[in-house]
Amino acid sequence: MTSYHFNVSPILLVDLSLLTMLLLVAVAMLRSRHLFAVVMLSGIYSLLSAAFFVSLDAVDVAFTEAAVGAGVSTVLMLAGMLLTARREKPLEPRRVPIARLAVFATGAALIYATIDMPAFGDPNAPANSYVGQAYVEETPGDIAVPNIVTAVLASYRGFDTLGETLVIFTAGLAVILLLGVGSARGGREVSDIDEEET
Amino acid sequence: MERLILRVTTKIFFAPIILFALYVQFHGDYGPGGGFQAGVIFAVAFILHAFCFGLDETKKVLPQRALLVAMVVGVLFYAGTGVATMLLGGNLLGYDQIDPESTHHAGQHYGILLVEWGVGVTVATTMLTIFYHFTGREPDIDQEDW
Repeated sequence: MTSYHFNVSPILLVDLSLLTMLLLVAVAMLRSRHLFAVVMLSGIYSLLSAAFFVSLDAVDVAFTEAAVGAGVSTVLMLAGMLLTARREKPLEPRRVPIARLAVFATGAALIYATIDMPAFGDPNAPANSYVGQAYVEETPGDIAVPNIVTAVLASYRGFDTLGETLVIFTAGLAVILLLGVGSARGGREVSDIDEEET
Repeated sequence: MERLILRVTTKIFFAPIILFALYVQFHGDYGPGGGFQAGVIFAVAFILHAFCFGLDETKKVLPQRALLVAMVVGVLFYAGTGVATMLLGGNLLGYDQIDPESTHHAGQHYGILLVEWGVGVTVATTMLTIFYHFTGREPDIDQEDW
């Protein structure tokens, strides 16, 4: 470092506050046993990460995170809560904290790995060279679509996206098969409570 | 009448949400968005409707059978676009075959629009199907139960 002058840009402050809030929400989620609160906090977590993606200039990812993560996922989790308990069972403390050790070891390994990661916006980073660079350079000539993300998603990797669509379709089909006994054709009503009582 | 403000707000917001979903759907080439996001936003409009007016009312507007058909149609629409480009003599999902004479890759534009439409329909109907099945199992939930 030649200069000791540290310039605090407003963007950095925004990033720092967003990341701090993400951390706080994550800790609050871990500590809460009330599932409704956990679902709501996970929605807030998604919205905060969407804001963080915007500050990373990844607007398409941010849009998806806000719509899918904060919107539909929260609703589906709430709908899933209809079928289960409202509170998480309290954990019994174990003698050997294997889970805690595993989490801390993995976390330490991940933090150690970040040292080798290229700096944000590094032009020589693998994400910005090779195929990523090719997409940026070739899209105006090949596809002529202003949004490169759409060009990659729907054209260069159209086969990939077909697979993704099939995954979503399969998820819907699985839910119909597991939960929809006759309900698609207005058959008999199913209730979990009655089954447990008998 | 129960939850009057919610009901009126939903009625006001319902159409703009659908309009926004269509904007995101067809504007994906030019700005952020595309089939995935549009499908989710479209589904959210109906989920909001179900929250305020009850699932049975929503099922009158959009029955489960229609969702099932649309789900399959969405996937087939995407795959069909790929097969169509093959029948036109190109590769699977090689959109340039749709309009080979074009100098500004009009085929790519058409292809992306068609494919994104398939994605949007599939995502919207699948999300609604999952929502219908999760919430349709128990008749109603008390406010205190949350």
